[in-house]
Amino acid sequence: MTNTLHRYSEHYAFEPAPNPEPVRDDYIVFAMATRDLNDENLVEKYRCFLRLALKHDPVNIGDATKGGMLRPRQDMNPTAHWKRNQHPDPEQVIAGIEGHTTVAAVFDNYEAMRAFVEEVKAADLGISVNISAPMDEAKRCCRDAGIARHSVEYSLGFRGRVDKLPDATTLELSSMCGHGMVSANFAKKMMEWVKENRRSPEEAVRYMARFCICGVFNTGRAERIIKQACTLKS
Amino acid sequence: MKIDPHKCVACGNCVPVCPMGAIHIDPNIGRATVNQDECVECFACYRGMSKEHLNPAMVRTIRGVAKFFRFRFDPEPDICPTDAIVPQELTWPRIVRRAFSDPQVPHESTGIHGRGTAEVKTNDVTDRVKEGEAGFVVEFGRPGVGARFRDIERVTAALAEIGVQFEQNNPVTSLMRDSSRGLIREDILNEKILSAIVEIKARLEQVPAVLQRIRELAREVETVISIGVSTRCDMEGNDSLREILEREGYATYRGKTNLGLGRVTQRGLGIGN
Repeated sequence: MTNTLHRYSEHYAFEPAPNPEPVRDDYIVFAMATRDLNDENLVEKYRCFLRLALKHDPVNIGDATKGGMLRPRQDMNPTAHWKRNQHPDPEQVIAGIEGHTTVAAVFDNYEAMRAFVEEVKAADLGISVNISAPMDEAKRCCRDAGIARHSVEYSLGFRGRVDKLPDATTLELSSMCGHGMVSANFAKKMMEWVKENRRSPEEAVRYMARFCICGVFNTGRAERIIKQACTLKS
Repeated sequence: MKIDPHKCVACGNCVPVCPMGAIHIDPNIGRATVNQDECVECFACYRGMSKEHLNPAMVRTIRGVAKFFRFRFDPEPDICPTDAIVPQELTWPRIVRRAFSDPQVPHESTGIHGRGTAEVKTNDVTDRVKEGEAGFVVEFGRPGVGARFRDIERVTAALAEIGVQFEQNNPVTSLMRDSSRGLIREDILNEKILSAIVEIKARLEQVPAVLQRIRELAREVETVISIGVSTRCDMEGNDSLREILEREGYATYRGKTNLGLGRVTQRGLGIGN
């Protein structure tokens, strides 16, 4: 499962960009226990991890087996088309953890990630904790928190039939659900709807986030991308 | 996945949400239809869309009236109003599509939800990738293109020829008929999946050669390949992999960092041991 590894940005453009803009609003911290090695009381450990995360105002949290703060519902009624409950629900994520999974918290700023990592270190949960972010920022965070990195994994981007991939803006949006549940066509449709003023950027990203099954879709970054795209192309 | 023509009202909401673009409105029947050859059984439509369970006849009537009067109605784009999307019972070999496409289905070979192992995410506990070693995750089909096992085998067979070692606790490896030659079961070669991850290990000094071979092979397949490379850091938290990758001209902007906060607290076999 490499669901947060290959989040597309200009740095991985197929025609290399001269000065790619740093991504400063996409930091994921996730925790994972290992079966039979450190998974005793894992539900409590995962809940503790996410509760600590909530103190630092994440844009999303998720349980890889259940979803994130925004989820589809099976019991909608037609009033939803006019008045829909759009509020993210972090408590359902925490309450829904049942066993082996990966739990993640997504932040839109470095300081929040750093503060959270420091708290997780102090909590000493004993399960594996990873940062998925620009490597230099993750390294800086480790240094600030007094942590020596254990292992690293680099994304080298995409190869092969990249001509089958959508445009860069759409790819930035759709690759934020690494499991591929946010389709490129849907991301394009949402951008079009924002351009046509049929939905706000906030509403558009909520629709997309509901498809992300592990809750690592960054609604803050997505909103920024849509706003930029709509402004640039108008 | 199937769409029940008796329930479907052809609202078209499910068409763009399919990651494979396998759903369209069939003009002959006026209902949404799934292209079974392209569908990878990811369940994104079934699970990702909210549902209203409305009466199809009533919805068709209202839509018909609105259409007649040219009323424009902007319904929520992620709702199936009549719960028309229906999972079908999957049998071999089609069942592998779901195993490699639906993130909520655990692979029996690993017990992990997803399409690979824990890579280096739990390396602080499993010690899967050791100092001086490089772990490769070669992912086929993502994002949003999909891959057939025939293409995957083309790459795994070629990689086997240069002597790489396939991760044993990996779903693709578990479907190989001969892992020493990278050959995959023949009965699944035409199955299309959303994404599959091949994991291999090599020495750090082999990294340039392995990557070069993967780049060459990527030109021969009909899908996209995303590549991740990992290693264990030294006691100070430094790694020598980045220098190797940058020397070879690869972008290393983003990745994962295992903080080393995990520890073994139980005696057991564990994944990867």
